Amino acid sequence: MSFLAIQHLHKSFGGLHAVNDVSFALAAGEIKALIGPNGAGKTTLLNLLSGNILPDAGEVIFLGKPIQGLKPFQIARRGMARTFQNIKLFPEMTALENVMVGRHMRSRSGVWSGAGNLPWTWKEEAGIRRKSLELMEFMGIAEHAGTEAASLAFGQQRAVEFARALALEPDLLLLDEPAAGLNIYETAELAKLIRKVRDRGITILLVEHDMSLVMDISDSIVVLSFGRRIAEGNPLEIQNNPEVIQIYLGEDDA
Amino acid sequence: MQFCLCHGGLVFFMTPELFLQYLFAGVTYGLIYAIVAIGFNIIYNTTGIINFAQGEFVMLGGMTAISLHHYLPLPLAIAAAVAITMVIGALIEMVFIRWLHNPSILRMIIITIGLSILIREGALHIWGEGVRALPYFNGNEITSIVVLGVGVSPQVFWVLGVCGLMVAALYLFFKFVPLGLVMRACAANRVAATLCGVSTKNMVTFSFVLSAGIGAMAGCVVSPITYSQYDGGTNLAIKGFTVAILGGLGNSMAAVAAGLLLGIIEAFSISVVPLAFQDAIAIGILLIILFIRPHGLFGNRSAAMLKEF
Amino acid sequence: MGFARYIPIAFLVAGLVLVQQVTQHTGTTFYLTQLTMAAYYALVITGLCLLMGYAGQISLGHAGFFAIGGYIPAALTTYNLEPLREKWLVQTLDAAGLLTAGQDLYGQQVLHVHPWPSCILALLLTAGLAFVIGMPVLKLKGHYLAMATLGFGTIVYRVFLAMPLFGEADGISAVPPFPLLPGVTVSGDFAARTENYYIAFGLLIVGLLFLINLVHSRIGRAFRAIHGSEEAANAMGINTPRLKLQAFVISAVFAALAGVFLTHYNGGIGPSEASVMKSIRYVAIVAVGGMASLWGVFFMGILLNFMSLRGMFGTYDDAVFGVILILIMLFAPNGLLRLHLWQRMRRWRGVDKPKSRTE
Repeated sequence: MSFLAIQHLHKSFGGLHAVNDVSFALAAGEIKALIGPNGAGKTTLLNLLSGNILPDAGEVIFLGKPIQGLKPFQIARRGMARTFQNIKLFPEMTALENVMVGRHMRSRSGVWSGAGNLPWTWKEEAGIRRKSLELMEFMGIAEHAGTEAASLAFGQQRAVEFARALALEPDLLLLDEPAAGLNIYETAELAKLIRKVRDRGITILLVEHDMSLVMDISDSIVVLSFGRRIAEGNPLEIQNNPEVIQIYLGEDDA
Repeated sequence: MQFCLCHGGLVFFMTPELFLQYLFAGVTYGLIYAIVAIGFNIIYNTTGIINFAQGEFVMLGGMTAISLHHYLPLPLAIAAAVAITMVIGALIEMVFIRWLHNPSILRMIIITIGLSILIREGALHIWGEGVRALPYFNGNEITSIVVLGVGVSPQVFWVLGVCGLMVAALYLFFKFVPLGLVMRACAANRVAATLCGVSTKNMVTFSFVLSAGIGAMAGCVVSPITYSQYDGGTNLAIKGFTVAILGGLGNSMAAVAAGLLLGIIEAFSISVVPLAFQDAIAIGILLIILFIRPHGLFGNRSAAMLKEF
Repeated sequence: MGFARYIPIAFLVAGLVLVQQVTQHTGTTFYLTQLTMAAYYALVITGLCLLMGYAGQISLGHAGFFAIGGYIPAALTTYNLEPLREKWLVQTLDAAGLLTAGQDLYGQQVLHVHPWPSCILALLLTAGLAFVIGMPVLKLKGHYLAMATLGFGTIVYRVFLAMPLFGEADGISAVPPFPLLPGVTVSGDFAARTENYYIAFGLLIVGLLFLINLVHSRIGRAFRAIHGSEEAANAMGINTPRLKLQAFVISAVFAALAGVFLTHYNGGIGPSEASVMKSIRYVAIVAVGGMASLWGVFFMGILLNFMSLRGMFGTYDDAVFGVILILIMLFAPNGLLRLHLWQRMRRWRGVDKPKSRTE
């Protein structure tokens, strides 16, 4: 049984087949990259996995159970966290509060215990805060804990979003273009970070345009083009795959 | 011929005369709702906001014409009232909307609600709480034209004619007149229109002027039948919005059909439910439509995304 | 933990006692009447603050919930059940001790529902209605949510205006006092003025405590997350439909509770309490108070309602709230208290450099 199995997934918008009969699988503990030219359907595929859009056909089996058709929050609770291509932080909350929201499904105080400020929630709250700070420390952004998310620099916002996703303690982490907008040094830091996250036992599926990053950290790569899966393999195989070279470089240069 | 309306076990036998009476009443109101809905749509298409003060334009048009009629002959009073309302529409846009950069929807909702309160309270202080009306354009309240065996007030035909003309004129305007085409371009893609040298800000102002104008005109022709009062706008806004939603937000031709539908349903509902609940019917329809078909009766989901006049 | 948040409450209590003492010694206790009423309105408004300011969902129908809270006890505690005494339902209620017998002005025997059961019924009905309405309504966003809640409020207004049971345009009067506890009674009686001032503010403070704790809790954080980005909140495993519904029901019950108490205090209620203008007024005050600022909304709720009830806005009462709405939304959409003056000053002095923002 694979960790995550995507089977014959299909999604079309009007006449456009954004994701066309795509199948592949993730093994636990690997870093898998999803690459392809613009409009290949990478983000659509990610949104199908996280439940933000519903597939027309196909199955997604996560940890042995089908998850297609579940709502995003239900999928998150099954152990799948994600970041967004255009960062989606809670802008009026502090960086720390953003990460603390990520602990929501790992804590359980409700309306009454919260409104009553009952003693047992104090311990839970302290735990949420400690764990969140620890994750911000891990991401190297602890000094910005008290800053409002909207006034953080771009790279810091990405880091907060990353920490927030980690706060869910997911089994699988979906990263949508984590290196977009980062400079070369920040990207190198990110590569280290993604490896460290994997070493914590979290499987990673990332969509990325930065080929140096992808080739550097991925255990395996899936290539999409016009909604179809055209290749899958380790970085070396992908680099030498003529079809992949063709779609990336154009026919003339192939 | 007998029409039978069955409702909750009650059976009403309706004479053809009564049926036609209700039908004419329904069409009259329905066209007014359609005009308000088109006003919503024009502004929505160019700005993406719902102008909650839309009903106030109708009230302002009627009230201003009534006051001006003391000094001017009826056609001039109406023309002046429409012009004044259009100026007010332009002022509202220039003072309150124009300079906001990328305002949130919540902010725009609250601002236009605030505007509608101000207009209404202004009207209250100018005209008081009294109910007023323009005189009938032809004859008086007891004049009637016999159509298919029933007496219908000639004012009903004024409403039908003027609203019908306005709808037709708007259709042609947006289809053939360059300015109308430019407004549609703004609605379809504001950024692209800007790049082509269109001043989208002026188009937004113009959309306020246009919807204020048609609202005021409708307010004048319907005033002899429904009367004008300072607080008449809110109700019209809710009805107009219901119609705009029924037809699919942004789709003005469908709004005409939806307006007639709502007007007729309301008119016939009088025979089934007490008059006081008549407004509740429109709102009930609004809520049901919002819950099950927010893209409108006539639209489909993907077409709702392509904004088209 | 988090006891620092209670310190302002202590100051508030001290301030309230001070106001009461000052009015007593200067012979101006008549101010307490409007303060009491303002406190009940502030209860509606702080509840709405949770929904609008924190969870980010607009409601233009909260006067409807207030009116339901007011009208149900008003109708039940004034409707004479004496002629129906033989009916089994009335007998069951009587046997359960839920009815009170008495005599009217003319010495006739009357039988009414006791204020306690009618209060509880009003609150339960409001919660149930808010739940049923909220489920479909809260799926809507932006204009649609605003219009749907406005539509709900209008229907409630029309129903109360049209039904003889609720007194039509006259509303219901002669609503009896509400004996909360032995010796503690909600009534507009002249002699009970000070007592009622403390009852109203006591209730308001309990409500405020509930909300302050809630917004600082896990659930409050989730509310604010939904406000910030519903999509991201979903991705955090937050059941957003459920939480929005919770916020809606809580704020509706706050409104209904205020309706129950104010109706017993005033001895009646009229349809204007259900009007759309009232709902808009509540929204306006939440906006002035700073949307997501319970204390700001609390103080504005007391202040503006007190001024309005004292007649300080004259015939421009509604217009004032219209102007407030427009000015706040044009110039300070985050509320007066959050103009970010402090941040701007720091930037000026070069302490905080403005940083790049994302789209």
